[in-house]
Amino acid sequence: MSLSPAATPLWEDVVHGGTSWALVLRRGNLLRLTDVEGGANLAVMIYNFECLTERYNMPDTLKGQHIAHLTTGHCLYSDMGRVMASIPADTVGWHDPLTGYNNAAAVEAKYGPSTYQEKRNSWYRNPADNLLTEAQRYGMGLRDLGPVVNFFSKVVVQEGGAMEYVPAHSKAGDSVTLRAEMNLLLLMDAGQHALDPNPVYAPKPVKIEVLKAEPAGPNDPCRLSRPENARAFINTERYFA
Amino acid sequence: MSTYNIAAPETAVYNHTILAGEGWAHEIKAGQIFRIVDLEGNQAVDTLFYSLADTAERYSAADTITAQRNIYLTAGTVLMSNLRRPMLTILEDNCGRHDTLGGACAQESNQVRYAIEKRHMHACRNSFLLAVRDPKWNIGKRDITANINFFMNVPVTPEGKLTFEDGISDASKFVEMRAEMDVICVISNCPQLNNPCNAYNPTPVQVLIWDAQ
Repeated sequence: MSLSPAATPLWEDVVHGGTSWALVLRRGNLLRLTDVEGGANLAVMIYNFECLTERYNMPDTLKGQHIAHLTTGHCLYSDMGRVMASIPADTVGWHDPLTGYNNAAAVEAKYGPSTYQEKRNSWYRNPADNLLTEAQRYGMGLRDLGPVVNFFSKVVVQEGGAMEYVPAHSKAGDSVTLRAEMNLLLLMDAGQHALDPNPVYAPKPVKIEVLKAEPAGPNDPCRLSRPENARAFINTERYFA
Repeated sequence: MSTYNIAAPETAVYNHTILAGEGWAHEIKAGQIFRIVDLEGNQAVDTLFYSLADTAERYSAADTITAQRNIYLTAGTVLMSNLRRPMLTILEDNCGRHDTLGGACAQESNQVRYAIEKRHMHACRNSFLLAVRDPKWNIGKRDITANINFFMNVPVTPEGKLTFEDGISDASKFVEMRAEMDVICVISNCPQLNNPCNAYNPTPVQVLIWDAQ
């Protein structure tokens, strides 16, 4: 596929640090996420827009590709054995699919109390409430939220299972591109990573650009990177046949 | 050497064998002790927990591993809900490590992992759905989240690879936990016939419950 950097986005916008977004991405379109300032984190949950009970499945994605991180050439699987999205390009090199996200209590414990009355729109928001609100926009609720991908963040699992957050992983201008293989609803939150040791509330913005893509051809690197991916693409193509 | 006091099976208020490939669901009340025994060894016990008061609150792999900053479960682990509240505490574990990332097999994941033609084979997520069919629980497919695999060994490397290794469990190994809230436990005793981790041979497991001491 062509991923010309000169391609003009269909549209673009910015997810402000600490805020969230619900985005419908059509099959065949790309979503390019760019870390504007460096040190961003974007928690993303993905659903089949046509059937919201089909959604990104963390275990199926990891065990299908024998991975505990995501980068170029990897696919995100649904719980129905289909490729929902693939990653044709990535300058970051590692995105975290393991860690959860903060709720209101965790944000207050880490960054201190904060109210809208006092701080207006710079109050300390939290990913759990943000993602729940985005889910509710589409008729979903707490039951529909599960493991997310924390784009731009790296967590290394050490021998014995300890999870180690890698600071300053993503740099200003780093980007990762998702290609929609189905019609998708993405719920996204640009809050700080749950294991980010920074004691200061300082969530970073993420630029979002939607672009046209070529469909994954027979020699597409994401299709060929694992035999499991080739079979998951077959399931997706049967769905749209 | 553990000094944990292991109760005799005869004193349990509930004692049931889940046959190979079967599903099971049962309520466990706050304070009760729940034990799972790997009767013949290296059996994957795919397990989910829901709050009995409101099943929208359930075991969350991401919250559990983030809270303890470790991906494996063992004695001392607190199983956390999606609201970051303690659901159960693992008190004793002579297996040593249980998986939080491998999930449950489905007919579709079998297609992807093994062959498109494998769709007909029995799978955990079917057992989950049958086990929770009682409408009073209000649990359906959208509630089937990333489960625990008791007795499964799924190591992750510092390079970010995930592998399914031969089991570290053995006949009669067990894990025992205390419920910190009223929960529904849902188990699929994994029917997988395509994976060497159980020697292609699913076997029965035993579940026991004791009242709060």
